Amino acid sequence: MTTDQREQEVLRRIERARGRPARLRDERITLAHGAGGKASRTLVEAVFLAAFHNPLLAPLEDQAVCEAGGARLAFTTDSYVVSPLFFPGGDIGDLAVNGTVNDLAMSGARPLYLSAGFILEEGFPVADLTRIVGSMARAAAGAGVRIVTGDTKVVERGKADGCYVTTAGVGVVEHSFELGASRARPGDVVLVSGPIGDHGTTVLLARGELGIEGDVESDTAPLAGLVSGLLDACGAGVRCLRDATRGGVATVLNEVARDSGVGVVLDEGAVPVRPQVRGAAEILGIDPLYIACEGRMVAVVEAGRADAALAALRGDPLGRGAAVIGRVVADPAPLVVCRTEFGGTRIVDVLVGDPLPRIC
Amino acid sequence: MRYVDEYRDAGKARALAASIAALAEPDRTYTFMEVCGGHTHTIYKHGIEDHLPDNVHLVHGPGCPVCVIPMGRVDDAIHIAMRPDVVMTTFGDMMRVPGGSSSFLDAKAAGADIRMVYSPLDALRIARANPDKRVVFMAIGFETTAPSTAVTVLRAAAEGLENFSVFCNHVTIIPAVKAILDSPDQRLDGFLGPGHVSTVIGCRPYEFIASVHGKPLVVAGFEPLDILQSVHMLLRQLAEGRSVVENQYARVVPWDGNPKALGALGRVMELRPHFEWRGLGFISHSALRLRDAYAAYDAERIFDVPGVRVADPKACQCGEVLKGVLKPWQCKVFGTACTPETPIGTCMVSSEGACAAYYNFGRFSRIEVREATRT
Repeated sequence: MTTDQREQEVLRRIERARGRPARLRDERITLAHGAGGKASRTLVEAVFLAAFHNPLLAPLEDQAVCEAGGARLAFTTDSYVVSPLFFPGGDIGDLAVNGTVNDLAMSGARPLYLSAGFILEEGFPVADLTRIVGSMARAAAGAGVRIVTGDTKVVERGKADGCYVTTAGVGVVEHSFELGASRARPGDVVLVSGPIGDHGTTVLLARGELGIEGDVESDTAPLAGLVSGLLDACGAGVRCLRDATRGGVATVLNEVARDSGVGVVLDEGAVPVRPQVRGAAEILGIDPLYIACEGRMVAVVEAGRADAALAALRGDPLGRGAAVIGRVVADPAPLVVCRTEFGGTRIVDVLVGDPLPRIC
Repeated sequence: MRYVDEYRDAGKARALAASIAALAEPDRTYTFMEVCGGHTHTIYKHGIEDHLPDNVHLVHGPGCPVCVIPMGRVDDAIHIAMRPDVVMTTFGDMMRVPGGSSSFLDAKAAGADIRMVYSPLDALRIARANPDKRVVFMAIGFETTAPSTAVTVLRAAAEGLENFSVFCNHVTIIPAVKAILDSPDQRLDGFLGPGHVSTVIGCRPYEFIASVHGKPLVVAGFEPLDILQSVHMLLRQLAEGRSVVENQYARVVPWDGNPKALGALGRVMELRPHFEWRGLGFISHSALRLRDAYAAYDAERIFDVPGVRVADPKACQCGEVLKGVLKPWQCKVFGTACTPETPIGTCMVSSEGACAAYYNFGRFSRIEVREATRT
C-alpha cells in the first residue's frame, strides 16, 4: 500500500468511527455541551433522544411538524440566555421572538402563536424587564405572531444571571413540500441569505472583555416572509432550510452533509462576510463560518432553481445580501470542504468546543 | 482587512507555486519542518499544501505551546485551581488539555473558579477586583508570550498586589529544536523558523542550525504567501548549496530581536535546570521559572503543588508527531480513540496542534475533492 492509500484507509476508518452513535462519557455538564457542536449533539442524542425517542423528534430538526385535527402544525421551543441582555441591534427580547419564529419558518410554516416563559433573578430591574418585554411585543408584531401564554419564575440572587427567556411557538404548514436536512442531493446548490456572523460578533464585542470595538449590529430578524417568498419562487426545488444560529453556517452544513449522506463544497470567496466581522474574527482567531447569525438562513436548492432562489431572496430586504456559496457533491461524504480564497482546500468540520458561550 | 488580503492573493500564490515547482528537483523529496504551531494552523486553514509539489513535504514541529505541556503540570494547575480561595486564569486553549485525570473544563464543571483571559493583564485586573481571592495565571507559551507574563509580574510588584501569582510553564524554543536535530530518526532538509518567537529573540539564536547542522532556516511570517515564499527561499538555498539563516518576516522580525522584551524577561525569569516536555521528555535548560526576587508571585512556591510526573498514555505518539517523525494520521490512535472531543494527546487539543489542525482542516481525500470540484 502506498502512503496515500494508507492515509485514505485511516480517513475511512475515522469516518466510520464518527458515524457510530455518540456515547456520553462526561460525568458533568460542561459549557461545551451548550455550544451547539459535537458535545451538544452527543448530549441530545445520548440523554434526550434516548429518553424521549419518537419519530417526530428523531430527525432533530429545529421544529417538529405534527398532524393535529387535519392540519399540519410546526412546533418548536428555545431558551435564551444571551449575555449581555442588551446589545447593538437588539436584546434578549427580540432574539427570543425572532429565534422561535425562525425555527418555525424553516419548516415553511406560517408562525402563529408564541408562549413566553421568564426566569428572573431577585433584584433584576423592572425597567430592564419592561424594555425586554417591549422589544418582544414589537418583534411579535413585526413577525405577525401573537404571544398568547406565558409564565414567570423568580429565583434567589445569584441563582440566575438577570433574566432568561424561553419561548415556544406554533405555526401552520400550508404547503406540501418536504423540507429537511436529509433531503440534499448531489448537484444541489447552497445559498445563504446574507452576510454571516453579525450577531455572534456583536454580542462578543458588546461584552467589552476583548477591548476591541466594531461597527456591527446583530442581524436578529424574522425570516418567515423570506421563506415564503423562496417557496413561492422555487416550490419543491427547495430541499432544506436552516437558520444559521449557534454554530453558524458551518454547523448547519455539517448537519445537512451527515443527514443527507452527501458532501458539501464551499467557495470561501463567495461567502458574504462584512469587513468588520471578518476583522474581528481574524483578530480572535475564529472562523466566521462558525459565528452565530440570528437573521440569516442557509437554503439548499435544486440546481435548476438556483437562479430563481437567488432572485427571490434578493428581492426581499432581509435577503438582499444573499449569495450562492457552494454546492452539494456525492463525495467526500459526509464532509464539508472549502475551497479557500488562497486556492487551497480544507475541511469545515463540526465545532468541537465553543469559544463563545451564551451568544443566544 | 488591508495588510492581510495582500498576503492571501491566489494569483500570487499560483505564481509562487510555479517557481517552487521549478526549483524542486523531481527526483528527490524535501522535508521541511515548520517549528511553530501558528504556521501549522495557517498551512491547514488556507490549504497551502495544495500549492506544493508532491515531493515537498511540510512536517509539524514542537512550537505549539499547549501541545508541549506535560500532563503532570496540568494536574498541578488543577490542584491549585480546586482550592476554594483561588481563581485560576488561563488562555482558552488550555481548557480542554487533558491532565492525568481531568481537564480545566472538567475542573470548572466540578466547581473550580477558572476563567478564560486573553492576556495576563486581564488576570491582573481580576486580581485587583477580587482582593479576597488569590488569582493565579496559568502561564504557557514560548518566548512570544513569556515577556508579557514578565511585564505582568513587574506590574503586580510595582502595584504591591499580593493576591496575584503566576504558574509558570514558559518554555524556550531553541532547546526543543536542538532535541529534534539530535534525534536519530529526523530526516529534515530545513526549517521554517517561528516568526512570533523571533520578534523577541531575533534570528541569531538559530545560526547553529545552519552552520553546525547544515540545515537552512528561514524565519517565516504567518500569512499563506509568507509560508510559500519561505518554502521557496529554503529550496533556493538547497539548490544553491547554501545553508544560512534568512529572514522572510523582516517586516516584523528584527535580526536582533526585541531587547526591551528580553530585558523584562531576564529581570523576572531564569532558566530551569530541566523541564519535561510532552512527548519529548526532559530537556535541560528548556523552560523558565520566576527568579527568587519574585518568589512572592510564583504559584509553584506559594501553593503546595504535588509535582507528580504523569507518564504519557502508552498509545499516544505525540512525541513522534512533535518531532515530525510521524504525520498525525500515522499515529495509532489518531481520529479514533484520540479526537478533538476526547483528546488523548495534546497535539489534538490546540488549534495549533499538528493533529488537531490535520483533523479539523486536512482530514479529507484530496483525490475525492479534486474530482468533486472539477466542473
